[in-house]
Amino acid sequence: MAIITRRTFMQAAGAAATLPVLGNKAFAADKVKIGFIFLGPVGDYGWTWAHNKGREQVEKELGDKVETVYVENVQEDASAIPVIRDLAQQGCKLIFTTSYGYMDQTIAVAKEFPNVKFEHCTGYKRADNVATYNSKFHEGRAVLGTIAGKMSKSGTLGYLGSYKVPEVVLGVNSFALAAQKQNPNAKVKLVLIDSWFDPPKEAAATETLVNLGCDIVTTHTDSPGPLQILEQKKLYGFGQGADMSRFAPSAHLTAIEDIWGPYYVERVKAILDNSWKSTDTWDGFKEGTVKISPYNKAVPADVVKLADAVQAGYKDGSYDIFKGPIYDQAGTLKVKEGETMKLADLAVMDWFVKGVESAA
Amino acid sequence: MRIKLEKRPEPSTVMQFVTPVASVLLTMLIGVIVFDALGIKGGRAVTDIFLTPLLATYKWQDVAVKAAPLIIIALGLSIGNRAQIWNIGAEGQYIIGALAAAGVGIAAGGAGGGAIITLMILAGIVGGTLWAVVPAFLKTRLNVNETLTTLMLTYVALQVLGYLVGGPWKDPNGRNFPATAPLHADQTLPILFPGTTVHLGVAIALILPFVFWIIMSRSVFGYQIRVVGSAPDAARHGGFDAKQTIWLSLLIAGGMAGLAGALEFAGALKAINLGFPSGYGFTAIIVSFLGRLNPIGCLIAGIVLAVTYVGGQIAQTTVHIPNSTAGIFQAMMLFFILASDILIRYRVRFVASPKATPLPAAGE
Amino acid sequence: MSTEFIIAAIITVVGLTTPILLAALGELVVEKAGVLNLGVEGMMLMGAICGFGATVSTFNPWIGILGAAAGGALSSMLFAVLVLELNSNQVATGLALTIFGTGLSSLIGLSYTGFIVPVFGSVFPASLANDPYLKVIFGYSPIVYFALAMVPIVGWFLKSTRSGMILRAVGENDLSAHSIGYSVKGVRYAAIAFGGAMAGIGGAYFSMVITPMWAEKMTAGRGWIALALVVFAGWRAGRLLVGAYFFGILMALELYAKASGFSFLPSQFWAAMPYLMTVIALSVISMRDRSGGNAPACLGKPFLPST
Repeated sequence: MAIITRRTFMQAAGAAATLPVLGNKAFAADKVKIGFIFLGPVGDYGWTWAHNKGREQVEKELGDKVETVYVENVQEDASAIPVIRDLAQQGCKLIFTTSYGYMDQTIAVAKEFPNVKFEHCTGYKRADNVATYNSKFHEGRAVLGTIAGKMSKSGTLGYLGSYKVPEVVLGVNSFALAAQKQNPNAKVKLVLIDSWFDPPKEAAATETLVNLGCDIVTTHTDSPGPLQILEQKKLYGFGQGADMSRFAPSAHLTAIEDIWGPYYVERVKAILDNSWKSTDTWDGFKEGTVKISPYNKAVPADVVKLADAVQAGYKDGSYDIFKGPIYDQAGTLKVKEGETMKLADLAVMDWFVKGVESAA
Repeated sequence: MRIKLEKRPEPSTVMQFVTPVASVLLTMLIGVIVFDALGIKGGRAVTDIFLTPLLATYKWQDVAVKAAPLIIIALGLSIGNRAQIWNIGAEGQYIIGALAAAGVGIAAGGAGGGAIITLMILAGIVGGTLWAVVPAFLKTRLNVNETLTTLMLTYVALQVLGYLVGGPWKDPNGRNFPATAPLHADQTLPILFPGTTVHLGVAIALILPFVFWIIMSRSVFGYQIRVVGSAPDAARHGGFDAKQTIWLSLLIAGGMAGLAGALEFAGALKAINLGFPSGYGFTAIIVSFLGRLNPIGCLIAGIVLAVTYVGGQIAQTTVHIPNSTAGIFQAMMLFFILASDILIRYRVRFVASPKATPLPAAGE
Repeated sequence: MSTEFIIAAIITVVGLTTPILLAALGELVVEKAGVLNLGVEGMMLMGAICGFGATVSTFNPWIGILGAAAGGALSSMLFAVLVLELNSNQVATGLALTIFGTGLSSLIGLSYTGFIVPVFGSVFPASLANDPYLKVIFGYSPIVYFALAMVPIVGWFLKSTRSGMILRAVGENDLSAHSIGYSVKGVRYAAIAFGGAMAGIGGAYFSMVITPMWAEKMTAGRGWIALALVVFAGWRAGRLLVGAYFFGILMALELYAKASGFSFLPSQFWAAMPYLMTVIALSVISMRDRSGGNAPACLGKPFLPST
């Protein structure tokens, strides 16, 4: 029986459960306030959980100088504007809005508060006081694809995604291309479930992919549900956003972890020493924003070596999965031999590579 | 000695105002006690949830923008609710209304101005109405229950939205994110007070309740809706057509929800993405009943709900309560208000012995 | 299509269907008693967290499932007191119950995030439950058999027992049931509690069977589908079973169509299909049977006896 204590796994949830009381007011006023806008609850295991980890790291490293506040479950509609504005009015000097759907709202509020700095995650609209940041999740997908391509017996891999947004498209293509490097005939079956979080549908979609011949399924939705299904079926999968091995000790080969802490700490420090500038950051393995969890012992030594080589390659710049030749689903050559797709092209990618079977 | 409820000859006007206010006060009192027990500053939490949105002038615009769609949708739903037509798919009609307005905006290309904006709003009304035609048709022709059809069509509307914003209407400059292009500045609703987010839709939400009130209290149609709702048999004898009532109440609800969607799109969000549907259509059902199906009641109830939403978010940042706690608090207030409704039509009597008290015949 | 393929597809359908069937069966009884409780989603979430919490505390999923039923039933009593004692509006009170259940389950759940729990063992011998073919009959969680067994039980109860007859009488004409001497409130309390318990078990199917974990709002709107199914079934238990599986098959079809790469139609079409088909199917049924089902005459109306 495996029971995880809250202390070791869900520090975020624990912090919310104990409902921290604000400290001495005069003392608090001396600290610089940093705000966070979260899409989900901090206990969602996935996206918001990872961002909240980053917030906690800021508290841990700079807690004597700054104070953080956050609002969770903020909808991506017009009502996000007052929430963001609220944080600005309360004196936050830097506000992180951590989902794509807050883009226009962030820009709107930033116009009202030229002296407050904003950081919008995964968007592309910037201003003098609005920076953007993102993570090269697809680099992690290349590692997963390498492992899956090598370990799959059927050569048919499953990919469970949320929506057709560039982040997911990149993830699918990166995974498929990496798998095909190990097994040129590898196919990737893609199901997009129109939600980031729907455990029963994620579970059913995983079963469906398995029934259609996939023996390894990777997820690009936020719950550990699919891994639990794979565990029951004695198949393999990967965690998304965080190490989810507790939910599926045998099925969980590894996971892509989103590490926002170092970036958040760096940007908060820039506020403290007045060096903050509006930037466009897209970090990956090299900067430590993308991390691969410890491998399961089911991953053979030679596969570990291959996976580590991909990570090392990204770190020293010698590896890029989007190197030509790359064909699209219809077999048209999209990237010529010797060419590498530019970051700007990756950011808007909306077509799937050869070997991806999808309904969209 | 026992407590006896005695029906009042007339619903108490005093109680209509006293009970909701008392309910809110009671919720606040309990909130202070519970929050203090949980180790949160109860007074501060309750103040931020219920009072800050009303007392801090800079929060008024947020309450207004949040309340506007709730009020407009609730007005339309109230008519159907009176006639016992249960439309629980206003969310879908809201989505289609917004999409219709967006369609006009896109078709107009770079053109803007009053005429285009008017067209967009009208398209929203038409879109929402059309989405309600299906349940109305199925209900009147085949007697298909409208709760099922309206709810199911909401899920269909979500997919229509997903298809349009991810396909034909995807912003070519939007980096392939599923979203429409932001509206041109001259296609957006005018802002009523410069420097705020209070758009024309807020004014419409303030005026419409009075329009509805006049229609409901002064017109034959209003009378018809009331009669059909309370006594369908009498209505039939009175020559009112039940089918006509179904058609009208569903179409008006759809039109209002569509209008709300168009205004929210053109006034507040200015683009449609996958996050556009956020449950206003469902919350408005509560607003409708909280406002006792009365247009002016809807106006007040819409504001009350908007206050607790806005206040709940303030409390998240000031006293760090989780979002779920704000939800529990809101539900508690709703329970109290709904529970105290009985005091409007009944008075509490303490009687010595349980002898039967004759009451007038029951009915709405 | 091989036999194995069909068996695996059937198992997916059963998993998708069981929770909504459970919740819908409960709501059927509630509505037959003349009460419309739109709080199904909230009660499912309460059942999901209470079942999960009880299992974490006791390591026993059987006690967990009792906890789920109790959690659902207890939260339904909030609704019951309001609508039965204070005649509050049922639609609004039900919606408020959904808000309440969503919030309270999230709050309780903060202490249970990250736990995993023991799951039910098989009710049948392993040789049957794990057999590659026979598992399609014997390989499910006990909750699945419970749900299936409840269909004829609820149908028989409503149709053939004296208590069921009284319950229907209360739903059809509360005033005359009252004048004959039946306790309208008593019957409705019992029905609402049953509905809450069934919704709770349905919710626990998510947190204890499909994906044994707790996450906020993990029922993802299935309570609403359960409500629609009661209408779809025309308030009949047998047709509820058919309706639930019809919907479950359509949900699975969406996933199969997408995973098979059917790109001749937009993927949104497959996602909308279960809902569209439900509307179409009910319309076709209604063309032949214009009665609109057995909607109880007092559904959603307050009980206002004159004495």
